[in-house]
Amino acid sequence: MTPMKLDKFCLVGAIAALLALIFPLAGIDPDTGKQVAFVGDIPGLAIAMALCVIAGAAFTWLGVRTVISGAVILAVAVFGCSQAIATLYDYGVAGYAGTGFWLFIISLWAFVWRGIDVIANYRSLEMAKQQAANVIVPVAFGVWLLFVWEVVVSGFGVPQVLLPPPSMIGVRFVTSTDIMAADFYQTFVKAVLSGYVLGCGSAFVMAIAVDRVPFLKRGLLPLGNMVSALPIIGVAPIMVMWFGFDWQSKAAVIVIMTFFPMLVNTVTGLNAAGKLERDLMATYASGYWSTLFRLRLPAAMPFVFNALKINSTLALIGAIVAEFFGTPIVGMGFRISTEVGRMNIDMVWAEIALAALAGTVFYGAVAYIERKATSWHPSFRVRRH
Amino acid sequence: MTLKQVVNNVAEMPASKDAVVDIKNLSLTFQTADGPVYALSDVDLTINEGDFVSFIGPSGCGKTTLLRVIADLEKPTGGDISINGVSPEQARENRAYGYVFQAPALLPWRSIERNVTLPLEIMEISKEERIKRAHDALKLVELNGFEKKFPWQLSGGMQQRASIARALSFDADLLLMDEPFGALDEIVRDHLNEQLLKLWARTNKTVAFVTHSIPEAVYLSTKIVVMSPRPGRIIDVIETDFPRDRSLDIRETPEFLEIAHRVREGLRAGHSNDE
Ligand SMILES: Nc1ncnc2c1ncn2[C@@H]1O[C@H](COP(=O)(O)OP(=O)(O)OP(=O)(O)O)[C@@H](O)[C@H]1O
Ligand SMILES: [Mg+2]
Repeated sequence: MTPMKLDKFCLVGAIAALLALIFPLAGIDPDTGKQVAFVGDIPGLAIAMALCVIAGAAFTWLGVRTVISGAVILAVAVFGCSQAIATLYDYGVAGYAGTGFWLFIISLWAFVWRGIDVIANYRSLEMAKQQAANVIVPVAFGVWLLFVWEVVVSGFGVPQVLLPPPSMIGVRFVTSTDIMAADFYQTFVKAVLSGYVLGCGSAFVMAIAVDRVPFLKRGLLPLGNMVSALPIIGVAPIMVMWFGFDWQSKAAVIVIMTFFPMLVNTVTGLNAAGKLERDLMATYASGYWSTLFRLRLPAAMPFVFNALKINSTLALIGAIVAEFFGTPIVGMGFRISTEVGRMNIDMVWAEIALAALAGTVFYGAVAYIERKATSWHPSFRVRRH
Repeated sequence: MTLKQVVNNVAEMPASKDAVVDIKNLSLTFQTADGPVYALSDVDLTINEGDFVSFIGPSGCGKTTLLRVIADLEKPTGGDISINGVSPEQARENRAYGYVFQAPALLPWRSIERNVTLPLEIMEISKEERIKRAHDALKLVELNGFEKKFPWQLSGGMQQRASIARALSFDADLLLMDEPFGALDEIVRDHLNEQLLKLWARTNKTVAFVTHSIPEAVYLSTKIVVMSPRPGRIIDVIETDFPRDRSLDIRETPEFLEIAHRVREGLRAGHSNDE
């Protein structure tokens, strides 16, 4: 890829920022009949736009050659973003954003894109630097998405019931940590973890039994298939009837959801060891258990971890949905369903954010253990070279 | 150096008292979707204690199958076979042999050392003893220093040597080797041939060795079994009389060339039968 081609982004950034200076920044206030704000009234914004024009023109001309120029581009973009937010909230442009404002956002988009692209293509032999680059790219991308969400919702004045801006969700998140902590403890620590361990553990043991006893394989696998096809919406109320309102019924739903993926994957994994390796064990007159532990289970590990990863997301979904059908007055699913009824949409979103965070960390933890446990597997070993 | 060349009519071959492998009238037919495959037919063979027997023949003539029958990895469909006077299954359970497969078959999640100690672990040998034996076996194939590496960090030839070390580690009296050096270059191959011969001369192990290389077969063996395909059968058994501690130099001797010639003739005859 040639720098010439990609520097079109810098050109777009410069032109959009230039046009942003010309077009009206904000719409007309219906009360006063005048434009809400002008670029000239907001020095920070004017400086940011001017910087974008200059930097964009300069990098279009010079080309973006080093990671330093990428960092400079990103710095200009970050400054621009902060000024855009200030314009919205401090100068009353929220709900009245005009063509000029959106042109400026387009300009920022071009800069962010170019900057992230430079850092994403950064290659260093120094582990620390490379890892820093590997972290910056997704973080920058995520922050940019949040920013776009914020300015679009605020700029167009989207009603908060439809979609609150992320800043509002964030504020709600940090101001209600005690409720969130209680919900997290109820749903994740009690229901998800116990259901996950129980479901995955029992399926793992069952898989070994199924593998050993042929009639189970023919009888139980199709049955398990049917159980896994059960819609949890239908099962959850019944589990609540059986196991009560507290976390036990949610754990039961999770056991049902996670059992089959684990069973099928482990049964498949137990057959993953090659014929040659089995023959090898046979030449040592290795018994069933010895072969199981020394050959077949290690060979099955990639499959087992696959199921563990799938189940980590399934478990959280199962717990939250199951709570819609009856729960004590705590829990993430409970909170979501009641706060929606009260139109406290920011609280709903805060819970969703909490669920996303918990799910990501959970998945990440399982994936991390997987990498440590199956580092011999071809899909991981490449990175070690 | 004297050379005694004995052409045995295989059917008349006497089953000696100290026969390690005794095969009579053995046949094996694979039932496949496209009809039966006659992998082995009418095989008679005796391998005595201390013999070094090479199997040579074109691809698909049943060399691997014969070795697998000896190792009880394949059940014959006819005839008799005994190993050390007992059935192959019994012999396998007694851990009577070490088997080197055509491919290395190292377990990727175990380091080289732990791959070599795998059979020792299964045989419940103490940890210090395992480490010591692994060290000795790896030294024999010149892989010392690679104990902590993983199989995928080694070249194909090194992996194969590790698999040989694994077969040597538990010191079985019978070694079954299926083209162990097939993937190695000439120099390494010569070297390992020498090492193997030394080991054999020193320990009085019995070796059954599959190869495609005529010089390798002649250099290593006390007995060369020439096989031909469809159906897989033995067409000639050539005994050689080189001293046990032979050196690579014997490859220049007329006796050597004469035997090599005879093996080649046998292989050629097997091929023309085929047409
Ligand atoms: N499991 C099996 N099922 C069906 N046919 C088989 C099986 N194993 C081997 N055969 C057939 O038996 C014949 C002998 O195979 P074998 O592997 O013993 O040959 P080989 O002499 O070792 O050949 P190569 O030198 O290529 O290794 C071949 O025709 C092969 O197709
Ligand atoms: Mg073979």
